[in-house]
Amino acid sequence: MINTMECAVDAQSLISISLRKIHNSRTQRGGIKLHKNLLVSYVLRNARQLYMSEKYAEIYRMQQYEEVMTVCNEIQELNPLDLAEDCMEQSGDCCGNGGGSEPASLCGALLPASHTAAQSAHIQTATACSAPLSLHAEEVCKEPDTSFYRSCCAEPYPVSNCDFSPANGMHCNKTTVLDLDTHVVTTVENGYLHQDCCAPLQQCCQGAQTPAKKRKVDFGYYVTEPEEVPDFTPCKRARFDDFSCLNSDQLDSSNISNLISIFGSGFTGLVSRQADFEQTLNGQFCSTQALASLGAWTRAIVAF
Amino acid sequence: MAGVGGGGNDVQWCFSQVKGAIDDDVAEADIISTVEFSHSGELLATGDKGGRVVIFQQAPENKSQPQCRSEYNVYSTFQSHEPEFDYLKSLEIEEKINKIRWLPQKNAAQFLLSTNDKTIKLWKISERDKRPEGYNLKEEDGRYRDPSTVTTLRVPVFRPMDLMVEASPRRVFANAHTYHINSISVNSDYETYLSTDDLRINLWHLEITDRSFNIVDIKPANMEELTEVITAAEFHPNQCNTFVYSSSKGTIRLCDMRASALCDKHSKLFEEPEDPSNRSFFSEIISSISDVKFSHSGRYLMTRDYLSVKIWDLNMENRPVETYQVHEYLRSKLCSLYENDCIFDKFECCWNGNDNVVMTGSYNNFFRMFDRAQRRDVTLEASRESSRPRSVLKPRKVCAGGKRKKDEISVDSLDFNKKILHTAWHPQDNIIAVATTNNLYIFQDKPN
Repeated sequence: MINTMECAVDAQSLISISLRKIHNSRTQRGGIKLHKNLLVSYVLRNARQLYMSEKYAEIYRMQQYEEVMTVCNEIQELNPLDLAEDCMEQSGDCCGNGGGSEPASLCGALLPASHTAAQSAHIQTATACSAPLSLHAEEVCKEPDTSFYRSCCAEPYPVSNCDFSPANGMHCNKTTVLDLDTHVVTTVENGYLHQDCCAPLQQCCQGAQTPAKKRKVDFGYYVTEPEEVPDFTPCKRARFDDFSCLNSDQLDSSNISNLISIFGSGFTGLVSRQADFEQTLNGQFCSTQALASLGAWTRAIVAF
Repeated sequence: MAGVGGGGNDVQWCFSQVKGAIDDDVAEADIISTVEFSHSGELLATGDKGGRVVIFQQAPENKSQPQCRSEYNVYSTFQSHEPEFDYLKSLEIEEKINKIRWLPQKNAAQFLLSTNDKTIKLWKISERDKRPEGYNLKEEDGRYRDPSTVTTLRVPVFRPMDLMVEASPRRVFANAHTYHINSISVNSDYETYLSTDDLRINLWHLEITDRSFNIVDIKPANMEELTEVITAAEFHPNQCNTFVYSSSKGTIRLCDMRASALCDKHSKLFEEPEDPSNRSFFSEIISSISDVKFSHSGRYLMTRDYLSVKIWDLNMENRPVETYQVHEYLRSKLCSLYENDCIFDKFECCWNGNDNVVMTGSYNNFFRMFDRAQRRDVTLEASRESSRPRSVLKPRKVCAGGKRKKDEISVDSLDFNKKILHTAWHPQDNIIAVATTNNLYIFQDKPN
């Protein structure tokens, strides 16, 4: 059984190998081979899909675990017997299909920075909703995977409306994570976590006007607006820093920006828009412009 | 014609000849890039990376030893394509010969089409064994005589001379392809042919070089939406309105030119659903079809992808009727093969004369034959070691894992630089031409 990190590293090396191939193909005799580069782009896409899904799973798992451990420690100070009744009542709400204070508390942990005292709010809600947590804490601690996904499902989204009221039928086609270290909120809209979620949701974030909250494009996975891209940095979580360090060590970062612009301009860039290459290499061409017109298989490069 | 090697009535393959340099230092220009028998099988043409075409001719049958088939000797060598430079795109155009296709013989001369990435040429190969002698105004060496010295007149006559084979370019079909040409195919009407690049198929008339008809165009409006390219195409052997083309996604489309001028809509789509248990990073690469060939009968299609050969019945689109694994032991090595670019190798395949046996190449100078009738397959090797005249080729075996038996080769010992991409089968007899990197091996079946 390949563990998560192994998968990610394999995917990562495949990505760097693929990028190198694409880069080398530009100087090959006879011109760029369209067929070969198309096939390489498929590998790039596949590797990226795996890499991203594994990375997110890892990060959320680790973050969730840390959150729960923090709460666990706080709960230990409380008398478990007093909370037993509360647990029974609320257990049904928690981590299931209903909304619940437990998921709400976890949700609270993941609230956007619109809650100014995010951290304090987190602690407060944790205390308030600690009852169900005591029941689930062990589960959560023991099986971070399942509870992660459950809590993911159970989160009422959009989080801006998460006022700890139970929501009916949850689903996340949008995942928002708050980095408690940096208070950076990341919203990811994707299919990966989506697939992992259990309960289908009817009204997920309808009518939810997300307030102006700080948003970072996580790994550029979903490019919302081109203007954001120049500000793009890898997520600044403590754990992410490890990953980014890993990235920069292993990848030839000096070539990445060139490759981003090359690859971002798509096959037209590879095949016919040869003249544009001079501009792309100067970086003028715009990661922005290129990224704004990403095709499915070109998004991969943005990950780096 | 019997089946593949083995016991009993099966064919046993013997070494016949090897052409090309012996030394291991291979000049890149000598790398063989295409092999093709003529329609009668009398001529065998090879093209190489240096843009040269070498044609071998089968010597006339030896009357005293009728069972021993004759050898192939060099008949003609000429430079078909030269390297070019596209100034507009700042691209060098390789002179490598991608494909050769013979035209059926109509008179004393032979004609073939050869193509590189951008230009197709029609070559006439003709023999000259007589020359005129006895000119009045010219000396024998060609110098002109002073007319005042001419005192008598004579009629020039033809005198025999040493056989000279001349190749002259009769047509040049250029500037019709933006992308790299991967196939040419002569129509059964012997008047038209098609040429295929990554995104388009053009129909030409053999007599007309300044225009061609585009019959298939899969270029998307936005190139970033590109998901597949055309990898090969071929005309049906007897229906002049039908052709097929294969794609990098593993599909084959059959088109009827009577249906419309632009054959973007296929008449039939041959596609096998992917086995989800075999899904990997490289699924798209190994499903890309590298060669497609009609059977001589026209009833079946053969396709080659990276790991297998598939036979399709034209009447059944949803799956092939037969699938043969060429080197399934490579499936676990795809990552390394991707790193060293071997996974992009384009293997060709061919039918024997009666469509009972198919052949394709592999690595380590191995090639494989699959007998469809007898459901047997064999792996043979083209090597200098087994190149004693008329020595019988011993079947080879690759050990995929576990204990390696004697005479077996383990997967890790395979030489991936020694690949057989191009093979050809004589249209009537059991004679095969197998191209290693820079050598051409000719094998024949053992005479009884």
